[in-house]
Amino acid sequence: MNQGIQTSHAVVAEGLGKQYGEQWALRDFQLAVPTGSVLGLLGHNGAGKTTAIRILTTLVAPTTGTAKVAGHDVVAEPDRVREQIGLTSQAATVDGLMTGAANLEMIGRLYHLPRKVAQARAAELLAELRLEDAGDRLVKDYSGGMRRRLDLAASLVASPPVLFLDEPTTGLDPESRNELWDLLRQLVGGGTTLILTTQYLEEADQLADDVVLLDHGKIVATGSPEQLKARYGGERVVVTVAADDELGAAAEALEKVAAGTAEIDREGLFVAAPASESTRLIEVVRALEEGGVDAHDVRRREATLDDVFFSLTSPRARVASTHATKDSDREEATA
Amino acid sequence: MNANAISTPTALPRVPAGPARLRWLAVDAWVLAKRQFAHIRQIPEKLFDVTLQPLMFVLLFAFVFGGVIAVPGGGDYHEYLIGGILVQTLAFGMMGPGVSIATDLGEGIIDRFSSLPMSRPAYLIGHLTAEFCATVLAVTIMVISGLIVGWGISSTPLEALACFGLLFLIAIAMIWLGTLVGVLARSPDGVQGIAFVAVFPLTFVANTFVPVGGLPDGLRQVAEYNPISAWAAAVRTLFGNPTAIPSGSAWPLEHSVIASVAWCVAILAIVVPLTVRAYRRRTTG
Repeated sequence: MNQGIQTSHAVVAEGLGKQYGEQWALRDFQLAVPTGSVLGLLGHNGAGKTTAIRILTTLVAPTTGTAKVAGHDVVAEPDRVREQIGLTSQAATVDGLMTGAANLEMIGRLYHLPRKVAQARAAELLAELRLEDAGDRLVKDYSGGMRRRLDLAASLVASPPVLFLDEPTTGLDPESRNELWDLLRQLVGGGTTLILTTQYLEEADQLADDVVLLDHGKIVATGSPEQLKARYGGERVVVTVAADDELGAAAEALEKVAAGTAEIDREGLFVAAPASESTRLIEVVRALEEGGVDAHDVRRREATLDDVFFSLTSPRARVASTHATKDSDREEATA
Repeated sequence: MNANAISTPTALPRVPAGPARLRWLAVDAWVLAKRQFAHIRQIPEKLFDVTLQPLMFVLLFAFVFGGVIAVPGGGDYHEYLIGGILVQTLAFGMMGPGVSIATDLGEGIIDRFSSLPMSRPAYLIGHLTAEFCATVLAVTIMVISGLIVGWGISSTPLEALACFGLLFLIAIAMIWLGTLVGVLARSPDGVQGIAFVAVFPLTFVANTFVPVGGLPDGLRQVAEYNPISAWAAAVRTLFGNPTAIPSGSAWPLEHSVIASVAWCVAILAIVVPLTVRAYRRRTTG
């Protein structure tokens, strides 16, 4: 049975944990990624995504637990693992003071490919990632999107069956992001197993077969994007307001008629709350009017991965803060 | 159709076991040393501290101060000067390795190297190799410019050879020291600050440019026991240049060759294990 898991899963992790001082950056981390699938590790900054990637790519040793990548233990056989993986970390993993071609050739030489083979592979990858015209230019003069593509090319020199990407599209404009997504889809089409971390729910929705939601070093949910949306999502009522200072009042009004706690999105200037069968939009509008809220838009929609993320990451912290405001209200009332 | 080329399986040589690993280490280290040479091609200014700066110092001190500084106990100032400048340049040679490793550690490139099936010590060894090559260049430039301003080697070939040996030992000690500072510092700028504040006074409160006899009490004792003084005195002694060390001077000056080697060994004995540990901690933390 174990044999079966090893051959059909590119990455298996059990009870992985990493402690820094008193803090656990990662705890009880379980994973089983089927060969050829895409796993999205989703979480905020500091949720433990990068720590998980660093353990699985042999960069750091775990404090607890075991992990196998491509059938090899990351602690006992790091070199065997390294032969099977490609890694693109968040920071630039290519050399800015060398040309794109020289970077890729250097990586090939570090895999001990003969010089000619390394050069040919570099040229092949530059062409595939549409960097052939930039191959002779210094990487420091590349645009963000070009540099990411070169980073990816550097991870592909040895055609690794398992690829790890730590926030591959952070800081990219939408066009470059879409380009990179297309590339990743091509790779997966060719049989590569992909493990990527992201803060963007859309990215996980677009690419991942399975999603692991991390929060404060712990897994809070796993499943396909659809499963997660169905399980934790349901329909939402969304109220968009004119200004930031309306958000509190809108949330309060919405909670009176909705089926659960309202989530506030300050950037998007909206509040969203779970809707039940019996939730009527007209009641929401009435509640908003009674609360004196200047609402721009009120609508029902299907849950997004965003909603799942919102309702699962640190719910205690948010519930605590809403309670705190209610408690202080009560105190004022009794005083 | 594109997918095919991206995921073309590449036949990889496997990481060998046993003694063959050493050959892999050598290849990896050399590939990484060549990376630093490529940097120098792009930013030639990187080499200024080991080329133009010593050349400038030789010319400045030889022609600006050369006429007014007399060497006590006789001898030509140009003959005296070169030993000091050689040692000063090697001492400042800690800056380059520190800055370059701090730069790498501040970026993600070491993660890339660590995720490859290459030899673990290759990065540090490649780094030290490249920096050592830069030092060899610096010493060559200074020896040639010294010969031009009237300096010469007056000792036996064996002593001269021993002197080059000592210079390279000093260089290795300072490169390791710089690497340690680079691994511990938070940024390349930090390295420059630390190196300048530490090395600049050390090379001046010494016999680098003038004999220590004229220094006021307190400062003179510091200069006498300063490793830079022992190194400069040893280089002058081994090249057969005037040392301006009267008999009855402090022990490290009278026994400068032994003192110099002892300083280098002591620095390496402390700095090498600290550096390796700090590097491991920073790259696997």
